[in-house]
Amino acid sequence: MGAYDLFRLFFPYILSGISIGGQYALIAIGYSMVYSILRLINFAHGDVFMVGGLFMVFAAATFPLWVAIPLVVFLIVLLGFTIERVAYKPLRTAPRMSVMISAIGVSYLLQNLALYFTGGLNRMYPAFPWISDTISVFGVSTRRVTVITPFLVVALVFALVWLINNTKVGIAMRAAAKDFDTAQLMGIKINSVISTTFIIGSFLAAIGSILFFTNFPAVFPAAGAMPGLKAFVAAVFGGIGSIPGAVIGGLLIGIVETVIRGADITLGPTGLGLFNRSLDIAAFSDAFTFVLLVIVLVFRPTGLFGDKPTDKV
Amino acid sequence: MKKLSVGNSISILVLIIFFVLTIVLEQFIAPTDRMNMLLVCLRQGSIFALLAVAMNLLNGFTGLFSLGHAGFMLIGATTYALFSMPLAERSIVFTWFSDSYVIRISFPEVLGNLLGGPGMIIGMLISIILAGLVTAAFAFLVGLPVLRMRSDYLAIATLGFAEIIRAIIMWQGLGPVTNAGNPLRSFTRTADLNVTIGGQTFGLITFTLAFLSAVCIFIIFLLVTSSYGRAFKAIREDEIAAEAMGINLFKHKQLSFCISSFFVGVGGALLAIFMGTVAPLQFRAAMTYEFLLIVVLGGIGSITGSIVGAMLFVFASMWWLRGLDSGTFLGLDRITIFGVNLGERVFVSGFRMVVFSVIIMCIVLFFRRGLCGDKELPYYVNKLRELIARKSKPKPEAGGADA
Repeated sequence: MGAYDLFRLFFPYILSGISIGGQYALIAIGYSMVYSILRLINFAHGDVFMVGGLFMVFAAATFPLWVAIPLVVFLIVLLGFTIERVAYKPLRTAPRMSVMISAIGVSYLLQNLALYFTGGLNRMYPAFPWISDTISVFGVSTRRVTVITPFLVVALVFALVWLINNTKVGIAMRAAAKDFDTAQLMGIKINSVISTTFIIGSFLAAIGSILFFTNFPAVFPAAGAMPGLKAFVAAVFGGIGSIPGAVIGGLLIGIVETVIRGADITLGPTGLGLFNRSLDIAAFSDAFTFVLLVIVLVFRPTGLFGDKPTDKV
Repeated sequence: MKKLSVGNSISILVLIIFFVLTIVLEQFIAPTDRMNMLLVCLRQGSIFALLAVAMNLLNGFTGLFSLGHAGFMLIGATTYALFSMPLAERSIVFTWFSDSYVIRISFPEVLGNLLGGPGMIIGMLISIILAGLVTAAFAFLVGLPVLRMRSDYLAIATLGFAEIIRAIIMWQGLGPVTNAGNPLRSFTRTADLNVTIGGQTFGLITFTLAFLSAVCIFIIFLLVTSSYGRAFKAIREDEIAAEAMGINLFKHKQLSFCISSFFVGVGGALLAIFMGTVAPLQFRAAMTYEFLLIVVLGGIGSITGSIVGAMLFVFASMWWLRGLDSGTFLGLDRITIFGVNLGERVFVSGFRMVVFSVIIMCIVLFFRRGLCGDKELPYYVNKLRELIARKSKPKPEAGGADA
């Protein structure tokens, strides 16, 4: 089997892996930024992402697209902001476990709300003109969104890194992430910094949800849970608090996940022929993410680009 | 023998009354009766209570924020189902794997043939304990890497392991052992728990499930009040200080993790008996979240709280709030706001869980200590007695006993 055949065999999976990975990266940034400042795993973030999908289903049914997309992004940003103000801010002095429980409570609430408003039915995601069109890349047919995603992710990440390195808000964020209390003493308005963090995170999650669900058959209440968890693992893998780390983590998880999902075809009898019957390796595509998490946490708990934490007594 | 305090003896009395009630009620309520819901809720509530208490042992008493609950429950439920399913049923249940199923022993059947009725019960108990042991063994392996992690990483890693466990159980390659995600069924009929004496059948389903749960909860209670329990609490309060006092951190964490998982496995087995089928797809992270919210509802670090929380959770979500889904609730459905009739337009399927999660959110935000804080039933009995004593006394002396 020549190099070209190998390429033909694996390319579709790697292509869609890069796309899904880019979408995970956009969600992961939200997790990573919130965690680095509040030390909180925002379990509701994945559900905010799912609600973004649902909003789009309803918005696209009533408004033209050029209204619907900005409207959905705005509503999701508002949702993220409100969640922080209502569910996390009152618990700022409480133990960390209480805030985490509150996040799980919000996640539970959002899923139940989604269940109520959808009536438990899967909702078809609207097809966007141009973005949802089927195109052919090196002989692989896919939707245009698959190709757009990586470029959009890179552009957004550059903008974000610039924002964090060069603006006043960005400096305040970095200070708050470094030392929450000292940042407060230095006159940084910590609440507005945290709100900004949530706004940015939700904005990226809204963009991510548009990209993700365009390539996904339907939106349902639990649709955000698994991508959310994977995105968090991506953030941990890259080193929490590090934006390039979150992107690399997201891409890696996305690619490996799709390659594993396709392993029965690429390695089995129809592909390389390493084994002669289906081994159902695809069943482990979700579990793999968590195996990766455990390996990373055991051997390099700070992730690829993370700072070393110090134990304070 | 140590003399029981009034608080303790009244608590024991409450428990005895509860068990007598479960037996008496089941004789008088026909399965077709509307009040049968009470029995169903009591059954599920008892099992949920055990599962919540087991989670509380880990999350509340030892301070290990673990979210692997659903995965461990699945191990327990699957193990129980596999070791108690009658052999004749297996070729039907394992229809995708025809006759290649691996586990070919059913304890209730083997012992039932040997000893008759009681043998079946013993066989069931063996299967239940086996379910706990298998779960604890898996927990031991999971604990090796996971328990060395910091608090929130522990949460996400255990959540991940629950998914890994589910993926393994649903893997086609293990189909002959686990049925690969296809539901396991036809193991124990709950009717087998009833006792027939002289042609008269006595319903004991509720009692049996509640009693088994209660025994397990009592063992956890003994553990928590022992020196091990104090070590667990020390770890929860401050790991470094606990280590300085000579507590072997990893050993105690592993102990708490395994014991908790043992009872989660037992709870999973009881849940399997209650539900009648085991479908791995039900055991997702959302299930873990529900138990976490029950523990929070009752009060982190209170066994009484977890029991009350579990009962409230089951009764509210299964029974009391049911009207919110079907259009009739306390007469509120007749109200019309802005031309929207609440009964027809708002109280439709799913509204119950929305109301319920809002209530839970309010508790998380405003009553962070939950219903019982970290106190147990005897404390509340004593409090109540003090209150009554103070009420009956006409004038308390100024600056006297109540300070």
